[in-house]
Amino acid sequence: MLDGVARRPAPPLTTRTLPPAMTPTPHAELISGFRPQLLKFARLQLHDDAAAEDAVQEAIEAALKGIDRFAGRSALKTWLFTIVRHKVIDFLRERGRTVQVSSLERDEADMDEAFDALFRENEHWSPLSRPRPWGNPEEALEQQQFWQVFEICLEVLPARTARVFMMREFLGLETDEICTTLALSVSNCNVILHRARAGLRQCLSEGWFGGKAVPC
Amino acid sequence: MLTCKHTTRLLSEALDRPLSGRERLALRLHLVFCRGCRAFRQQIDFLRRASRAFTGHDDRAP
Repeated sequence: MLDGVARRPAPPLTTRTLPPAMTPTPHAELISGFRPQLLKFARLQLHDDAAAEDAVQEAIEAALKGIDRFAGRSALKTWLFTIVRHKVIDFLRERGRTVQVSSLERDEADMDEAFDALFRENEHWSPLSRPRPWGNPEEALEQQQFWQVFEICLEVLPARTARVFMMREFLGLETDEICTTLALSVSNCNVILHRARAGLRQCLSEGWFGGKAVPC
Repeated sequence: MLTCKHTTRLLSEALDRPLSGRERLALRLHLVFCRGCRAFRQQIDFLRRASRAFTGHDDRAP
């Protein structure tokens, strides 16, 4: 290692950020600009940093090869996410049934209890926790902080609940396939998706859309 | 008449499978009278749009 340094003096700091092979073309810069987002996306679903890095690295390499096919930034981004998504799906399919369930059941039961607490005994909304409109939620999609809250809400879901939700909504898999991959019954899958949506809804209500419900 | 809790389950399942005619009817009837469940529906529908935006199907990403 020291030899290398001795043979080739370090270039001035300004040009040292990338090795010569990766001379920053506008495309390469554009692609690496998406890297943090892609990594976050893969990590959220895999809970495995090494696998997430691999998925993103492969996607970026594929993108650099095929860059000429992309006219716009938005098309490129969609495509990058599509590749990462496929890598994530492959990985999850391979890992499939090894999902560890034991410690998660408790968290899931806690979530169900919190959800039940929103209702009166007759299973209608209790006046204090009845969902109230979020105004214009589309505006939130434009805001950086909203996405931070969104990610936190995903992260606090029990692992299996989050995984099923992300397989359905991020990876766009059909419920049948999710059930098969994770060895769950269809009704179990439905219960988990409902739990995830209800939990995310509650978390976003409290974390972003104006706090607890107020009586009307 | 559906309870609100049951309604939330059907609203969630409606995002994953086609509901039967009977389920759709019961749901529609409940939603006419229940603004809590109407808000719930809008909000879980929004979760799907947000997920799409998050994964780059939509340019308004994070």
